[in-house]
Amino acid sequence: MRSVSEKAARPIGRVVPAPESHLSAETIRAAKGRRSFLATAAAGGLAVAAAGKAGAQAKEAPPAISPWTRSLGAPVGAMGYGSPSKYESAVQRRQSPGLTPQPQSSVSFTPLQNLFGIITPSGVHFERHHSGMPEVDPAQHRLMIHGLVKRPLLLTMDDIMRFPSVSRIHFIECGANSGMEWGNVAVPTVQYTHGMLACSEFTGVPLSTLLDEVGYDKKNARFILAEGSDGSALTRTIPMEFALNDVMVVYGQNGEMLRPENGYPLRLLVPGVQGVSSVKWLRRLEVGDKPWNAREESLHYIDLMPDGTHRQYSGVQEVKSVITTPSGGQLLQGKGYYEITGLAWSGRGKIRRVDVSTDGGRNWQQARLQDPVLSKALTRFRLDWNWDGGPALLQSRAVDETGHIQPTIAQLRAVRGTRSIYHNNAIQTWRVQPSGEVWNVQIA
Amino acid sequence: MSRSLKALLPLVASTALVALAGPAFAQGKAAADGPKYGLGRAATPQEIMGWDIDVRPDGHGVRKGKGTVAQGQDLYDAQCASCHGTFGESNRYMPIAGGVKPDDLKTGRASSLREPSGMRTVGTKLNYATTLWDYINRAMPWTNPQSLTADQVYAITAYVLHLNEIVPADFELNDGNLTKVAMPNRNGMTTNHGLGSVKGKPDVQGSSCMKDCVKEVKVTSELPEFARNQHGNLAEQKRSIGPARGIDTTRYDPSASAAKPAPVAVAAAPSAADPKALLAKNACTACHGMTNKVVGPGFNEIAARYQGKPDSEAYLAKKIKSGGEGVWGPVPMPPQSALKDDEAQAIAKWIVGGAK
Repeated sequence: MRSVSEKAARPIGRVVPAPESHLSAETIRAAKGRRSFLATAAAGGLAVAAAGKAGAQAKEAPPAISPWTRSLGAPVGAMGYGSPSKYESAVQRRQSPGLTPQPQSSVSFTPLQNLFGIITPSGVHFERHHSGMPEVDPAQHRLMIHGLVKRPLLLTMDDIMRFPSVSRIHFIECGANSGMEWGNVAVPTVQYTHGMLACSEFTGVPLSTLLDEVGYDKKNARFILAEGSDGSALTRTIPMEFALNDVMVVYGQNGEMLRPENGYPLRLLVPGVQGVSSVKWLRRLEVGDKPWNAREESLHYIDLMPDGTHRQYSGVQEVKSVITTPSGGQLLQGKGYYEITGLAWSGRGKIRRVDVSTDGGRNWQQARLQDPVLSKALTRFRLDWNWDGGPALLQSRAVDETGHIQPTIAQLRAVRGTRSIYHNNAIQTWRVQPSGEVWNVQIA
Repeated sequence: MSRSLKALLPLVASTALVALAGPAFAQGKAAADGPKYGLGRAATPQEIMGWDIDVRPDGHGVRKGKGTVAQGQDLYDAQCASCHGTFGESNRYMPIAGGVKPDDLKTGRASSLREPSGMRTVGTKLNYATTLWDYINRAMPWTNPQSLTADQVYAITAYVLHLNEIVPADFELNDGNLTKVAMPNRNGMTTNHGLGSVKGKPDVQGSSCMKDCVKEVKVTSELPEFARNQHGNLAEQKRSIGPARGIDTTRYDPSASAAKPAPVAVAAAPSAADPKALLAKNACTACHGMTNKVVGPGFNEIAARYQGKPDSEAYLAKKIKSGGEGVWGPVPMPPQSALKDDEAQAIAKWIVGGAK
């Protein structure tokens, strides 16, 4: 163990700006210098003992009869809008300390380690704002559609919600998800490595319906500008290929109206494309013939390559997967049976298969895919595993319906270097230690 | 084409069409080119002009106006420097300036970006000056967006370009030359990749190998010990039932119990009565530390100066809203006009009470 005098005052390998951040050479050096000290198996015994307490302490277990069995419970309607059990308070969105200087231009991460299935509860859907979360009055909100159209339109929420609607399940993943790990391991759990990810049932109007309604210029229209009504008035260019395919103007999420932090009352949804394109608090759509080169497509959300060029308009989120249980920061409760489970997704369509390795990628087994398997949605996979109590390196590798196979971090770095920030779809490795502790590691 | 014409043209055509054709769905017949549902109403030219603020590299949307580097410096010092630094050097946010080399202006490639720790700044990254104008106009100053006039946006843009040594000190930026500014990284962007289209070809393909795929597996990176509690105690971030618990990471950090490094907590909804929540909500802490100077003085310093002085609460409340400079040094505090009076009062009261 480290000495008491050794203070851990400085932030770990991070630079200051936005979540599209990267590790500076200086902070990487600093981190490497202090890496010599790795408490691994030594401390593990303590942890297992501590974690076992919960089971041993169950004083209401049979033959005792629990107090909630021998009393009258709370009435219906006690909560007009329900909340999770008070015992679920660990399930929270969280920020990554030091990632951003201000919470108004920051990100909070989805607690993937605590979720089941493929739907993300709206209350823990990750947040990314550029100028804070506005409180938009739906009665005052308007959507303007103009530009290369015959009939520029101004729509109220009443108008929009009268159009024929569709409901579809799709993921939203920030382009910078896993961006902190391009150079090396930087964060401890799947919440921070992959938590700029969520999947919801969205309800709204197909953008193609609205474009037909305004009579867009079929000959010259090639792009659409989407603009938010928040303080950043965030803009993104959407190519017509996407706009006419499956883009939606969304007001519903998981059966209710959008949450304020996710764009209430109206947002764009560009399925399969990095989250920034799904502009929140949507106020304006302009049809045009050229891309706009907006700030979020020329200063940020561009991928730096080893030759010093940036890839611009890099929207599609490629095939990716991650094991959520067991995963980094977790402590297994002794050897024996575990279900390895996780999520797989692709911005190009459906997941075709997922393979899982428990030995760092030497050997692989095909995992079971849980129905439903939907296009551009999270897919849950599962594999039986008998943990023998020895060290293990867990990995998952997804393949999508186009045949694209999720690469290793080494394969990605060989092409894109380590400074890209965006679109890190590498295979994630979790190291299970004999102590039961699971740690985030990268392997060569 | 002028701004007003651009907005007007499609509308002239549209009102005529709507009036004549009406919604096809409502009429029960398919007019070849009319609206199908007839919902909403035509957007007027005035409405479009008010919202259509985007400016494109090809000149689409460029607004009339002009501003000089010198005018921009005054505006920048008053409204931008508090966050971005007097010379645009602050790396608290993306640096505004730095890293541009003389040859870059000729080649149109920021050579710094080829270096392993090259500077990523507005100067080295941006390919068009229109984007700078557009973003300042739509989103800056951060706490008071869309408050600048077109001339002011031209002036500040000119000054930022000058900080990056792209235009000379006597330069005037205007609607005639905005699209002609040659940026140092104008040739630095590529769309030659597979990520722009669903049908795009991936550049990195994984392996489908199932057995004996790699000879040696070597862990090359993991969290250093001192960083294990950096994200707070992981035991508290996993539910307390199920196949796994969270690791108690506090034991990796013996100093944790003494000086707990506050993990960024789940924020409670700020109330008007809670001055600290107001500080967070209004980004006051971007410039003022609780016990230290950041850009402006620490709240403890302000408290020490004004405690016990008559009328200091009213003075500070007014000062918070109006901003100012010179009291604590040359860096001005921008006006916080978005704050309500009672909110400014609550913060002032808290400061005078010792800022604890």
